[in-house]
Amino acid sequence: MPILEGQGVTKYFGGLAAVSHVDFHVDQAEIVGLIGPNGAGKTTLFNLISAALPLSSGEIRFKGQKLNGLKPYQICRRGVARTFQETKIFADMPVLQNVLMAAFFGTPTRISGADAAREVTQALEFVGLSAMSATPVKDLTLVNQKRVEVARALATKPELLLLDELMAGLNATETSEAMQLVTKIRDTGITIFMVEHVMKAIMGICERIMVLHHGEKIAEGTPQEIASNKKVIEVYLGEEAHAGS
Amino acid sequence: MNIATFASKRFLVPMVLVLIVVLLATAPLYTALGTIPLMTTILMYIILAVSWTMFSGPTGYISLASAAFFGCGIYASALLFERGAALLPLPAVIVMGGLAASCFALIVGLATLRLRGIYFTMFSFGLLELARRLFQYYEFYVTGVRGRYVGNVDGNTVYYIMLAILVATLLTVYFIRRSRLGLAMQGIGKNEEAAAHMGVNTTKVKVLTFALSAFFMGATGAIVATRWLYVDPTIAFNLNYSFLPLLMAIVGGVGQPYGPVIGGFAFAYLRHVLQSKTPYYFMLVFGAIMVLVILFLPGGLVSLIERGRHRLEGLMSKLWKGAEAEQHADT
Repeated sequence: MPILEGQGVTKYFGGLAAVSHVDFHVDQAEIVGLIGPNGAGKTTLFNLISAALPLSSGEIRFKGQKLNGLKPYQICRRGVARTFQETKIFADMPVLQNVLMAAFFGTPTRISGADAAREVTQALEFVGLSAMSATPVKDLTLVNQKRVEVARALATKPELLLLDELMAGLNATETSEAMQLVTKIRDTGITIFMVEHVMKAIMGICERIMVLHHGEKIAEGTPQEIASNKKVIEVYLGEEAHAGS
Repeated sequence: MNIATFASKRFLVPMVLVLIVVLLATAPLYTALGTIPLMTTILMYIILAVSWTMFSGPTGYISLASAAFFGCGIYASALLFERGAALLPLPAVIVMGGLAASCFALIVGLATLRLRGIYFTMFSFGLLELARRLFQYYEFYVTGVRGRYVGNVDGNTVYYIMLAILVATLLTVYFIRRSRLGLAMQGIGKNEEAAAHMGVNTTKVKVLTFALSAFFMGATGAIVATRWLYVDPTIAFNLNYSFLPLLMAIVGGVGQPYGPVIGGFAFAYLRHVLQSKTPYYFMLVFGAIMVLVILFLPGGLVSLIERGRHRLEGLMSKLWKGAEAEQHADT
């Protein structure tokens, strides 16, 4: 049974359809990739799921319940956490405080200070940041700032995690570490829906891939199917592919 | 932990604070004539600066609605006096003043706190005008009076009430800073979108704390009204009280809870000294001080104190280590 479902998901910016009648589903404990050229509507789709933007039309359901009309904090408390393409961290605050906020507010029930502290310790350990809990986030490297974002998302106890270009800007070693981290998160039972440009990563860890182009879904399938899909190759390589053929 | 930090954090600060409160509370017994009214005024400015910072400091929402809330309290108090006598016990009048301001903040907060940055600031500024016009309309068409006579209250009583409001305001700031509410407010100030996606109900946090800070402004207005004796909408809703809290907070520094206390004190005291000696140069001098602070002390006056404190702590721990070393040498 799908944990996340979208039907006819549409978002207009003025007259432009940034996301147009997209149907999608993500199954429990799956890693699903979302790819597409720049401006395809990937981040917009994430913003619609997490309610950063309201839907123009269509419906999104999480565990069978409609998410339409909910506020971002409500979505988060229901179990959908996300990270941002451009890290949105609390730069002056220590790592600990960043994650603590998520632990305090991200769950549907009020948790005690001691429980929150435990959650934070666990989350920081999980992403490998325990040693830096007192460091202000602005003093961390990009890869560690991204880890803070992941730890923060995990501290809200999500069932579904939306990762928006987690690996953008990372070097090869960091990318493979990030891939391991994503797999490790999934192994704890958290479903993952990720936007990614790094093909090696997406092909390596996703079980299923969706391709968006100009706001429409043009393909869906296993990494092998996507890699050999004519439409996808056309979109990514454009005229050159025709010239070559 | 060495003795220096122990002394400065655990012991010294609360002791100094209690001492200050005791000194302030007993001030009417030994101060010269005329000191208590001045101290009452200083306390009023400090409360306004502290309660402004309570909301605007951590959230970064720059409010210019202070005068509207202050005025609500003033007017609530004026309405609760009849022929110079309070209709309710005085503490109840003060609480009513605070609640009136809180309710107003709650209503406008729900409508305006979705605005961000300069838009919120401008709207909050407009609130003052709205409130003033509303009361003018009410007095002119409904009650048919031009202004109101508020009963006289003994100067020492006014002073004690002002002191009590200040202590309550500072305690509230202290507890908010330590609570998860304070953490949420900081999150909103640093990155509201991220805070919302981490489960913070940003609207609720903003509206609640906006109303809470308005409560203390309103309560202050309610007691101030008894000093002014006569109140009309133009007097009650005075533009100055929107700008002064912000200026005092910036001069004092919003990073530390005692920053606005210092700012409020500096402003009110300077005003007193300069206004009696050189009435025309007061704003000029205060303006120059403000420019200097903003240019050279972006953290406000507290950054000076913090620097001094760090040096003192360093010195104390050095001395302590020196003493320890000597002890070892002796044995």
